[in-house]
Amino acid sequence: MDAIFIQILNGLDKGAAYALIALGLTLVFGTLGIVNFAHGALFMLGAFCAVTFQKLVTISDRVRDEGVTAFVAYKETPYLEIWFGDTGATIIDYSVPLSILFAIPIMLLIGFVMERGLIKHFYKRSHAEQILVTFGLAIVIQELIKAYFGANPIPQPAPEILAGSANVGSWFGLGNNLVYPWWRLIYLTFSGVTIFSVFAFLKFTTYGMVVRAGMRDRETVGLLGIDIERRFTIVFAIAAMVAGVAGVMYTPILPPDYHMGMDFLVLSFVVVVVGGMGSLGGAVCAGFLLGIVQSFASMNEVKEIFPGIDQIILYLVAVIVLLVLPRGLMGRTGVMDD
Amino acid sequence: MNDIKKPGVSRRGLLKAGAITGLVASTPSFFIKDAWAADFRNNPKNTGELKLGFNVPQSGPYADEGADELRAYKLAVQHLNGEGDGGMLNTFKPSMLTGKGVLGKKVTFATGDTQTKSDAARASAKRMIEKDGVLMVTGGSSSGVAVAVQSLCQEQGIIFMAGLTHSNDTTGKDKRRYGFRHFFNAYMSGAALAPVLNKEYGSDRRAYHLTADYTWGWTQEESIKNSTEALGWETVQTVKTPVGAGDFSQYITPVLNSGADVLILNHYGKDMINSLTQAVQFGLRDKQVNGKNFEIVVPLFSRLMAQGAGDAIKGILGTTNWNWSLQDDGSQAFVKSFGAEYGAPPSMAAQTCYAQTLLYANACEMAGTFYPPEVIKQLEGFNFDGMGNGPTFYRAEDHQCFKDVLVVRGNENPSSQFDLLKVVDVTPRAQVEYDWNIFGGSLGPYIVE
Repeated sequence: MDAIFIQILNGLDKGAAYALIALGLTLVFGTLGIVNFAHGALFMLGAFCAVTFQKLVTISDRVRDEGVTAFVAYKETPYLEIWFGDTGATIIDYSVPLSILFAIPIMLLIGFVMERGLIKHFYKRSHAEQILVTFGLAIVIQELIKAYFGANPIPQPAPEILAGSANVGSWFGLGNNLVYPWWRLIYLTFSGVTIFSVFAFLKFTTYGMVVRAGMRDRETVGLLGIDIERRFTIVFAIAAMVAGVAGVMYTPILPPDYHMGMDFLVLSFVVVVVGGMGSLGGAVCAGFLLGIVQSFASMNEVKEIFPGIDQIILYLVAVIVLLVLPRGLMGRTGVMDD
Repeated sequence: MNDIKKPGVSRRGLLKAGAITGLVASTPSFFIKDAWAADFRNNPKNTGELKLGFNVPQSGPYADEGADELRAYKLAVQHLNGEGDGGMLNTFKPSMLTGKGVLGKKVTFATGDTQTKSDAARASAKRMIEKDGVLMVTGGSSSGVAVAVQSLCQEQGIIFMAGLTHSNDTTGKDKRRYGFRHFFNAYMSGAALAPVLNKEYGSDRRAYHLTADYTWGWTQEESIKNSTEALGWETVQTVKTPVGAGDFSQYITPVLNSGADVLILNHYGKDMINSLTQAVQFGLRDKQVNGKNFEIVVPLFSRLMAQGAGDAIKGILGTTNWNWSLQDDGSQAFVKSFGAEYGAPPSMAAQTCYAQTLLYANACEMAGTFYPPEVIKQLEGFNFDGMGNGPTFYRAEDHQCFKDVLVVRGNENPSSQFDLLKVVDVTPRAQVEYDWNIFGGSLGPYIVE
């Protein structure tokens, strides 16, 4: 029972990451009709916003280690700690959540520049061309990050108070051995709130209503005198921000490196396809479904019966879903049918 | 009686002439340097240059390690050509290297990008051999790559001096006559680590292994399992994890209720950083199981990887091939040269690559030729010192180097940004030696068609 419960938690946690990226991908595809292979790179850029913020708050006074003469080795003490004592140390400790405030404007700006500078020129091109250009862009972005930050992952610890594990077993009367990291629980909550916010924005605001109308019929909305392209630009920027903030929040779980976006991108596309191209609800459902299926497939009991199943399960599920439901779980007729 | 001599050549005369011609033709093989001039691939002949092929990961997850390997190679080339302070040329013995190139030829190089992918590594090695005309290929940060490139080099008749490769297979079942490894291996990690684990954690432990699902992970798991079971430890479970899994939570959570009190992570690079970080987040190091503190062991780690793991690596035991803090003359000479050139200490990958280049160059000098079979014979059974880790022996039977192995712990209180590993034990060479037969395999011929 404990094992099943914990794998459900693992699956939800994993699914939350997939769903968040897939949500942005679907949003961009549904509104702009763009298959954006650079979306994973936006997730990675968000993570590196956290890295940059941490570097900024830990700019340090360097005291040289005189015992080493062959090269310059030094011990660092952040200026924030020197100047503000415990308050400075607390700011550094909370650098990951604080970096969300840093990442939001940067990711909005990146999204805006990317859409206006490149993406808009490919609205009327084929999906194959869109994939090629956005994939190329993703590679350029990741190589730039590698050139500046190196290839090694960079640790981004969660605040000390959230670094340990919660005794979730005791919450549900399942015993004391059932623990789960606080930060993962926070990530799960954050994902839920973000997904709900995006849906609420699209469902309950006039702006969202216009965007949804534009997703259905761009030309008619344009004929009503609404500058739908401008709204779509903002939607692209919002999608970039969602991916970026998801990247920031994921850094304590997975120390960021230049390739992390690409690692998630392939899985997220599987999620989008299983969910149904252009379906926001489908992307979220598929994200959680695949996350849970992947976690259960990794259980030792399952692997004993089907060795190696954990490595292929996502693709196996995708094949089965697409055989039974060719448009995915919630795909609409006419989307990518041409 | 007809004694008129017949014109032409008698049978005896023909035999004599043939024997003399054969003797004359073979004479250079005995007395003349480079007598095999026309007989082997990429013979530098009368050119004034010798070209080496540095095949390292310049892109992909090990690009930082590859960059450090390349720095070391460039330094080795400088030193071989008499530039800089000479580095380990001053401490390596016995050595015929003089800093005037190799056999009078200036050392140059070509580079390739392995991308840490076997097919890409083979392609770049092939390109360097066929287009750049390199005489020796070296480098790499993965056992999968090393095994693939080594096999290619055997087919091509080009010597391969492996870089960072830790799988037993490289000099075990996949060993090749043309391949040599200076780096230590998984067996040696197990043999070095076991006594320290016994001392620190006792002999009554239950271990759970998470293992990268490829050649290196398999052999490390086997070696560490054998070593710890010999101590009296019980192996609760061994679980293979996909390379590059990213999130290891679904593999870590079963450990919590498995009854194990030690988690052994047979992961390297990004996988190690991720699995260790996540294992610590799941509170494993704060747990008490079977009345003992739960422990995590990472049998192979490097300073570069320790950097990525941050605080999670603190206090974790493992082994490493070499560390810049070693105080022997060779290590210090290398650290000094490297530090002066690049402003940072070399990694263990850099040290092994530098040493391999010098060892190959010296073997050519000793052989008096670049002809690979003769160079191979010089490296086989070669005893040397002054390159770090004490007296070292290149075993002829499997081309594995034997030297002291370092057991290290993630430093709890680093004095600088580079002071991440603390050497807790230097395991003597004799303790990590083994019978070369146990891993099978065959070296293959000296002469390839």
